[in-house]
Amino acid sequence: MQQALVTYAVRLADDALIYGQRVSEWCSNAPTLEEDLALVNVTLDYIGRARMFYEYASSYSGLSEDTYAFTRDGRDFTNLLICELPNGDFANTLVRQYLLDEYEALFLGVLSSSSDDTLALIAQKSLKETTYHLRRSHEWVLRLGMGTDESHARACTALDALWGYTPEIFAMDDIESGLAAENIAPDRLALLGPWRENVARTLQSAGLPVPADSWQVEGGRRGIHTEHLGHLLAEMQVMQRTYPGLQW
Amino acid sequence: MNDSSGQEAQFQAKIDAESRIEPKDWMPLGYRKQLIRQMSQHAHSEVIGMQPEGNWITRAPTLERKTILLAKVQDECGHGLYLYSATETLGVTREELVEALHSGAAKYASIFNYPSLTWADIGAIGWLVDGAAIVNQISLQQTSYGPYARAMVRICKEESFHQRQGYEIMLRLSEGAESQKALAQDALDRWWWPSLMMFGPHDADSANSAQSMQWKIKRVSNDELRQKFIDQTVPQAEAIGLKIPDEALRWNEARGHYDFGPIDWDEFIAVINGNGHCNRERLAHHKKAHDDGAWVRECMAAYAARQQTEEKVSAG
Amino acid sequence: MVDAGFPLWEVFVRSKRGLDHIHVGSLHAADAESALEYARDTYTRRGEGASLWVVKSSDIVASQESDAESFYDPMDAKPYRHAANYELPDGVDNM
Repeated sequence: MQQALVTYAVRLADDALIYGQRVSEWCSNAPTLEEDLALVNVTLDYIGRARMFYEYASSYSGLSEDTYAFTRDGRDFTNLLICELPNGDFANTLVRQYLLDEYEALFLGVLSSSSDDTLALIAQKSLKETTYHLRRSHEWVLRLGMGTDESHARACTALDALWGYTPEIFAMDDIESGLAAENIAPDRLALLGPWRENVARTLQSAGLPVPADSWQVEGGRRGIHTEHLGHLLAEMQVMQRTYPGLQW
Repeated sequence: MNDSSGQEAQFQAKIDAESRIEPKDWMPLGYRKQLIRQMSQHAHSEVIGMQPEGNWITRAPTLERKTILLAKVQDECGHGLYLYSATETLGVTREELVEALHSGAAKYASIFNYPSLTWADIGAIGWLVDGAAIVNQISLQQTSYGPYARAMVRICKEESFHQRQGYEIMLRLSEGAESQKALAQDALDRWWWPSLMMFGPHDADSANSAQSMQWKIKRVSNDELRQKFIDQTVPQAEAIGLKIPDEALRWNEARGHYDFGPIDWDEFIAVINGNGHCNRERLAHHKKAHDDGAWVRECMAAYAARQQTEEKVSAG
Repeated sequence: MVDAGFPLWEVFVRSKRGLDHIHVGSLHAADAESALEYARDTYTRRGEGASLWVVKSSDIVASQESDAESFYDPMDAKPYRHAANYELPDGVDNM
């Protein structure tokens, strides 16, 4: 049970860290200064979330947050694939943000009542942030869909590129099923319906088509990643690899 | 009576009485121009300054350092925003200011044309570059133009964490392995003199200063600020066992200040004129972000216009 | 590519412990919703905010410097509005 809990906490931490690392790449590259500030706020929320989950795992495993983040190789990371994909253009970034925010709002909502007190607390804190993220990203999807022909086209491209990565978000493996049976972890399958409804409603309001479910890719939880993760980690981990075991 | 000389006299009297000048007040054309130039260049510096530090966000060595650096760079962005907004009170738009930056008509602090080569540079930048900026900004809290002074007050409140986090990075390195001590010393060696140059030319060589001082835009001279910075920083370096790269540096009991060696103004001029490592990259990066973002800004404008139309329709 | 430029908005924040909204600065945004969100992101990062107002700069009506004489000077000559105008007996200092 303890091992399952650690694995689970690390999994949620990996999602947040890898995704936070991606969004951080927007710093000094955003379309306006105001938007740069907003994007970095989101990044900080995700890195903070990752640290909370790693800290929880650490309380059982004795491995520090930095050991998790900077010394594991790609095959040992257990994040969802959608988190590690490159940012692409602004439309791709905000559409991805929106798809994740709708899921996080539902997921954290249930995790907030976890029978594990620490996970519940982390979820409650994170949910406040996600509520704001969702408000923002929801508005952005409307803006992209109804703004200009170009923004609309870019949003469509983004949806098509990301859609096949979303089923993985709602997949349950043995570890999570076991934890769900103890009311520790949410049942992701139960979230899929509401997620699809919310997303469909927003896309319709935005005048954007819901992509067909014609392809899907998964493997993150088993460490079978896209080729993108290796490069992300090479960059993220460089200091600890070059100067191992030191204090910064 | 509203003749210009009467107004100028009234204006100067206000300045002399330490009264603040506000956006709707009468001001000499030269005062307005000088402020637009100084404030916008200050704003540009904050934004361009995001680049050398932003360069290490994805490679910060721990999650804590990553978090701190993100928050710091975000603050710089916010500072740019406060300063652009303050500049706009003088009747110029942000678009015009960005255009001036891109065309080269407006400058930014030359210190940001230096490259951030190692993680220790992030420490040195926070400690020295922010340290120097703080000395300057504290004095600018008393500047005569209201919006500029208020922006400075807000910025100063946020700035002390910036210097502290930089110094803490250097402290940690200097307490670490030999390789880390070497990183810290190397960063200090490369950032020390450029930081001194941030205060600008010696007073005797500074053309703008006299008028700027009379109008109380500038409150303290370049040399005085530079001396203040040196005096406060030398003990900080000593405290963490780092050597400042200046053989002539020594405490002068009679003066009550540190004597220091000659600044290489040729380097300063060369870098300002485009021969720094990063001049081209800094502007290209800024232009690219701006150009890539054009469709996004158009999208925002189109959507806002559309919503306004809908509001009118449903109200009517 | 010429930017139309977004309207300028002034931001007012009332802190958790504060009684009044205070002007903290300005920002550019295309519409009210994003102005509010950007204000939250820019001006309340250190937990300062309990309440945010954003107002289009063009909607603000301000007094002019030339008005100052008639607007403000008469106020200076009416000391009865200031508490300091009134003597208090010794021993009463909490009023």
